[in-house]
Order: sequence, then C-alpha cells, then structure tokens
Amino acid sequence: MIPALALVGGVLLGLILEPTVPVALQPYLPIAVVAALDAVFGAVRAQLDGIFDDKVFVVSFVSNVLVAALVVFLGDQLGVGGQLSTGVVVVLGIRIFSNAAAIRRHVFKA
Amino acid sequence: MSDRRPSWRSLIRVRSVDLLVAVLLAALGFGAAVQVRSTQVDGILASARSEDLVRILDDLSGRTERLRQEVTDLTAARVRLTMDGNAAALQEARRRTQVLGVLAGTLAAAGPGVTLTVADPDNGVRAEVLLDALEELRDAGAEAVQLSGAAAGPVRVVASTALVDDAGGVRVDGVLLTAPYTFTVIGDQSTLASSLRIPGGVIATVARVGGRAEVTPSDALEVGALRPLPTPRYARPAPGS
Repeated sequence: MIPALALVGGVLLGLILEPTVPVALQPYLPIAVVAALDAVFGAVRAQLDGIFDDKVFVVSFVSNVLVAALVVFLGDQLGVGGQLSTGVVVVLGIRIFSNAAAIRRHVFKA
Repeated sequence: MSDRRPSWRSLIRVRSVDLLVAVLLAALGFGAAVQVRSTQVDGILASARSEDLVRILDDLSGRTERLRQEVTDLTAARVRLTMDGNAAALQEARRRTQVLGVLAGTLAAAGPGVTLTVADPDNGVRAEVLLDALEELRDAGAEAVQLSGAAAGPVRVVASTALVDDAGGVRVDGVLLTAPYTFTVIGDQSTLASSLRIPGGVIATVARVGGRAEVTPSDALEVGALRPLPTPRYARPAPGS
C-alpha cells in the first residue's frame, strides 16, 4: 500500500514540479526508468511467489538503475550509445514481459 | 505488506526498509513523469542523441544550401527580366504561351512519337480501354495526343477530355468516333512503345476484348487538332501570382 502511494506521489510530484532534466542526465533518465520498472515488475512477481525481500528489492533496484546507466554511459564513450541503449531497452523489455507473464499466471491462473 | 504482528520494534525495523522502498518507488514515479513530460514538451530534438542531431543538422544544412541556390537562381532570373525590360519578359511570356498552348491543345504540335491504331472488329473496345491507353501514354510522357476514329476526328486530347461509351463507338468530347481508333502521340518513341507493349498493358488488353492494337513509331508526326481555349467562368488568377 505504502509503495503504491509512494509511486503515485512521485508521479504527481513530477507532474506538478515539472523540473527540466539536466542535459548531462538526458540520455540516462529513460534507461534508468526502464531499469527501475524492470526491478518493480520483478518485485511484484516475487511478492506473488511469496519470496519478496525488501533488501533484495532495494539492492536490485539501485543496481539495475546504476548498471543500465553505466552501460549507456560506456556506450556513449565508445560511440555506440544509441545502439547500446536500444540493446538495454530490448533486454529489459524482454524481462519485463516475462515477469508480467508470471504475474499474469498468478493473478488470472492462466 | 507483512502480516506480522506489529510490535513496536518490528514496526520500526520494517518501516526503515519500507521507507527505502517507498523512496525508490517515488523516485521511479518522479523520473518517469519527468521523462514523459520532457519528451512531450521538448519533442524529439532534446532527447535525440548527438549522432542523430548531427544527421538532422546535415540534412538541414543540405536543404539550406539547395534553397540558397534556388534563391540565387531566382534572383538572377529577376535581374535578367528587369534589366532587359520588355524584350526578355515578352520572350518568356511567348515561350510560356507555347508550352501552355501545347498542353491545353490550343496550338498544333509536331515532333517524333508513335501512332497507336486500335482495330475493333468485335466491337469490344469500350471507352475505358481507350482511357487506359490514354493514361498509359500519359504515364510514358506523352506531350500531345489526338484521337481520331474511322469517319470523325481527330479530337485533341487534353486534361479535361471525356471519353463516353455510345452506340457503335466512343464519344470523345462530344464527337462520336468509331473503330478503328487512331492515337497520334508525340513523345519519346521507345518509352511510349514499350509502355504500350508491357505484358498486361494496352495491347494485351485490347487483344483480350477481341481487338487489335498496333504501334508505329514515327519521326515526324503532327498533332493538328485544336481545341478552343476555354474561358474560366469562376476562376481568376490569384492576386500576386
């Protein structure tokens, strides 16, 4: 309940404050959001599996975001930032889909 | 989240981790909202990567270059027109009149081209077959076309020409033409001829309905049929053009 409220609160805060993204962060924010979404979907799945652990969630969330940003940063340095961020998004997208499928099986038994 | 009995200690312990989870999720929501908002507000340019921006910039500067070239050309044309005064303007106007006259069918045209004869013993060639032939010829770059029948014609074919089925033949702009029909076409001979001969093209279509079409290239043809210049009832040149 609290996490859901926090999520909604964050969205509202973002919409109300309308901050501009610093130029240096612009390539990383979308990737970081996708990585965090992956962690959240994984957490929901773990919760439904009954193996959710706060600590694991926090660590996986933070590390997901950091690793995704790092990969994109490295890609930018190597001149393949665009392709690499596409790759990251594809991989995370696949994980989100498989987690969503597991959640669906739990919720709808199908 | 937990069904543990909330003793104070466990409550506090759980709360600190819960708080962290909540903060992370709030950060996620915040980041997502900001990202969505900035994507909507800034459009593509702000979120585009530098290599994409370079490409876009390249495209734009190429376009600028072309437009600048066009400006130079047009300025030169304007200078020429104003310097030479009436003579150059008159020459330009005359040239335009001729081009438009050929297009509108008010001037006779001569040049190389092909003659397309459509014989129709079975009376199977309808107006749409002739129209198809006409469209094919236009696609192939026909510049002036006239159409004549066995007894009547020729009729100059222009943009507004209408072909209508009628008893025993086809009425072209009100003139009843009967088979065999003869298109006299001025344009590139080989392009016109090959466009008519493609499989499933005009010649094949005519053969399917029992007719017979023949293409004869010729180096000197004359499209002599004229068309009165229509005066538009409603349209006037827009001011400033």
